[in-house]
Amino acid sequence: MAFALETKDLTIRFGGHVAVNAVSCGFEPGTLTAIVGPNGAGKTTYFNLISGQLKASSGKVFLRGKDISGDSAATRSRHGIGRAFQLTNLFPYLTVMENVRLAVQSRAHVGLNLWSIWSSHKDLIQKADEVLETVALTAKRDMAAAALPHGDQRKLEVGILMALEPDIFMFDEPTAGMSVDEVPVILDLIRSLKARRDKTILLVEHKMDVVRELADRIIVLHNGALVADGEPAEVIASPIVQQAYLGVEVAP
Amino acid sequence: MILQRLFSGDMPRSKVLTVLLLGILLALLLTPFIFPGAKALNVAAKILIFIVLVASFDLLLGYTGIVSFAHTMFFGIGAYGVAIALTHLGPTWTAVAVGAACALVISLLLSLVIGLFSLRVKALFFAMITLAVASAFQTLASQLSDLTGGEDGLSFKVPALLMDGFQKMIWDADLQQFLPHPRMIFGVEVNGKFVAFYLLAAATLVLFLVMLRLVNSPFGRVLQAIRENAFRAEALGYRVVVYRTLSTMLSAAFATLAGILLALWLRYNGPDTSLSFEIMIDILLMVVIGGMGTLYGSVIGASLFILVQNYLQDLMKAASQGVSQVPFLKDLIHPDRWLLWLGILFVLSVYRFPAGVVGKLRMRARRTT
Ligand SMILES: Nc1ncnc2c1ncn2[C@@H]1O[C@H](COP(=O)(O)OP(=O)(O)OP(=O)(O)O)[C@@H](O)[C@H]1O
Ligand SMILES: [Mg+2]
Repeated sequence: MAFALETKDLTIRFGGHVAVNAVSCGFEPGTLTAIVGPNGAGKTTYFNLISGQLKASSGKVFLRGKDISGDSAATRSRHGIGRAFQLTNLFPYLTVMENVRLAVQSRAHVGLNLWSIWSSHKDLIQKADEVLETVALTAKRDMAAAALPHGDQRKLEVGILMALEPDIFMFDEPTAGMSVDEVPVILDLIRSLKARRDKTILLVEHKMDVVRELADRIIVLHNGALVADGEPAEVIASPIVQQAYLGVEVAP
Repeated sequence: MILQRLFSGDMPRSKVLTVLLLGILLALLLTPFIFPGAKALNVAAKILIFIVLVASFDLLLGYTGIVSFAHTMFFGIGAYGVAIALTHLGPTWTAVAVGAACALVISLLLSLVIGLFSLRVKALFFAMITLAVASAFQTLASQLSDLTGGEDGLSFKVPALLMDGFQKMIWDADLQQFLPHPRMIFGVEVNGKFVAFYLLAAATLVLFLVMLRLVNSPFGRVLQAIRENAFRAEALGYRVVVYRTLSTMLSAAFATLAGILLALWLRYNGPDTSLSFEIMIDILLMVVIGGMGTLYGSVIGASLFILVQNYLQDLMKAASQGVSQVPFLKDLIHPDRWLLWLGILFVLSVYRFPAGVVGKLRMRARRTT
C-alpha cells in the first residue's frame, strides 16, 4: 500500500547533537500512529522536519510519494500537512474566532483577495463557527486568544488544525496541561477523526492509556533514533517503553 | 449598508471617535469658508496629504508589523517625479501623468527589492537596511542637482486648472452668465488654490477608503496575522514573504501618491519638504499618537500633530505675553520652547494612550456596551 507520508533517513544535527537520527518510517493512509519517547527524544523535532519548520540536514520527506523535502512550511501546509503545536502558538491579540477563520481562509485560498471585505465571506465565518463548536469554544469566540485560560488555548490550537482540514493531522501532545474535564473534548475529536478512516493521524502523546486506546501503531523515538515500531500492545510491552514510561528497570 | 460597504465594514466603533472624525472632516472641508487666510488653507492641505501618508505607513507598521525608515523616500519619489516632469515638460496634465507613472514604477520596483529582503533578515536589521537605503537616496537626490534642483529644490507651474484656469474655463465656455457670481462662492474667491484644495480633499477621501478596504480584505487580515505571529501564519499555508512584500509595495505606492499630491499642492519640492528624516519621525509619531493598526488613527494623528505643530507656537506666544510679568513661567512657555512642549505632549500621550487615541476610544466604547 502506498504511504500517505514517508520519511527516509531523516536526520537533523544541531551542532554536534543529532536530534533526529536517520528516521525512516512510512505512514499508511487512514491510520493513527502514536509517537512516543522520553523528553528530548526528538519527537517535536521530527514533526518540525515533516511539516517544514526545520530543514533536514539529510534525508527526505515524501507526501503521497512525492518528494517535498525542498518545500517551505507554507507549501507543505497547502499540500495537506496540518500541524498543531506542542507549545501553544496562536495569534494572541486576534479573537478566538479570527484565529480559526484565518485557517479556514487559508484552506479556501482567498488570502490574496485584496478587494473584497473579509466579513462578506459569510461561508468562511460559518465554517469557523462550526469548528469552534466542535472544540467547545463558541462561548469565547470574541475573546482575544491571549486572554484564554491555558486549557482553552490548547483547544483553540487543535481547532485551528481542524479548520485547516489537512490530509495529515499532526498532534503534538494535544492534551498536555489540560484539566481532566477538558481532555475528553480533544480525545473525542481525535477519535471521530480516526473513525472517518480517510485522514492520516500522527499523535505525540505521553499518556499510555490514551495511546493504547487510540493508536493503530506505535513508534518509539529515543535519542533521535527510531528504536521500536509495531502493534500498540507489543510496543508497550517492550523493554524500552517499560523503562522510559513505567520506570521498570530492565536488565540489559 | 452602503456606508458599511464604503467603510469596508470597519466603522469607527466608538461614538466619541465618530464625532471626532466627522468634526475633522467638516472642519477640513469648510476650511476655505470658515478659516480665512493662506496659512489655514495650507495647514488643512498638509493634514489631508499627511492623512494619506500616515495611513500608508500604518499599513506597513501597524498592520503588518514591519518597521521601515524608508517611507519618506517613497513620499519623496512621488513629489520629485511630478516636480521633475512638470519642470521639464511644462505645466500639463500629461506631464503630471508621466511624472506620476514614473514615480510609481520606481517606487514599486524599489519596494519590491526592499520587500524581498524583509523575510530573510531580522526585523532590526531590516530597519537598518531601510535607513541606509533612504539616506543613500537622500544623498543621491541632492547630488543630482541638475535634475532635482539639489538643496534648493524645484519650483514649477502646475496645470492651469490648479492655477487660475478654472476661471478661464468658465469664461471660455461662456458659463459665467449662469452663475450669479462666477468668481465667488459665499464670499470666497474660486481661484486655482480653491479648486486644488477640493481636488486634494476628494483624492484623500478616495485613497483613504481604498486603504480601508485593503486592510479589511482577506489579504489585510493575513497581514495582521503575520504581525501577530509570522511563524504560525506560515504554518497555516500563507507565504509570509509574498504578503510582506505586497504590503511593502502597496504602502510605498500610497506614499508615492501622497508625494504627488504634495508637489501639486505646493508647486515646489525640495529635500526638506518631502525627503527629510524629520518627516519620517513626524509620521512615526502621528501613527503612534493616532493608534497603530487602526487606519482611523492616521486621521486623528495627522490632524492633531499638524495642528499642534503649526499653532502651538502661536498659542505659546499669546500665553507667554499674557504672563509676561511672571518671570519663570514666562520663560517656560516662551515660543522658542515649543519643541520641548511638543516632546512632552508626545511622551504624555504615548504614556496615557499606549494604543493611541483610536485604540483608547474603541476600548472604552467596548467596555461600556
Ligand atoms: N532549534 C534547536 N536548536 C538546538 N537544539 C534543539 C533545537 N530543537 C530541538 N533541539 C534539541 O533536540 C532534542 C530533541 O528535542 P525535541 O523537542 O524534539 O524533543 P521531544 O521529544 O519533543 O521532547 P518533549 O517530550 O519534551 O516534548 C533536545 O535535546 C533539544 O534540546
Ligand atoms: Mg516535544
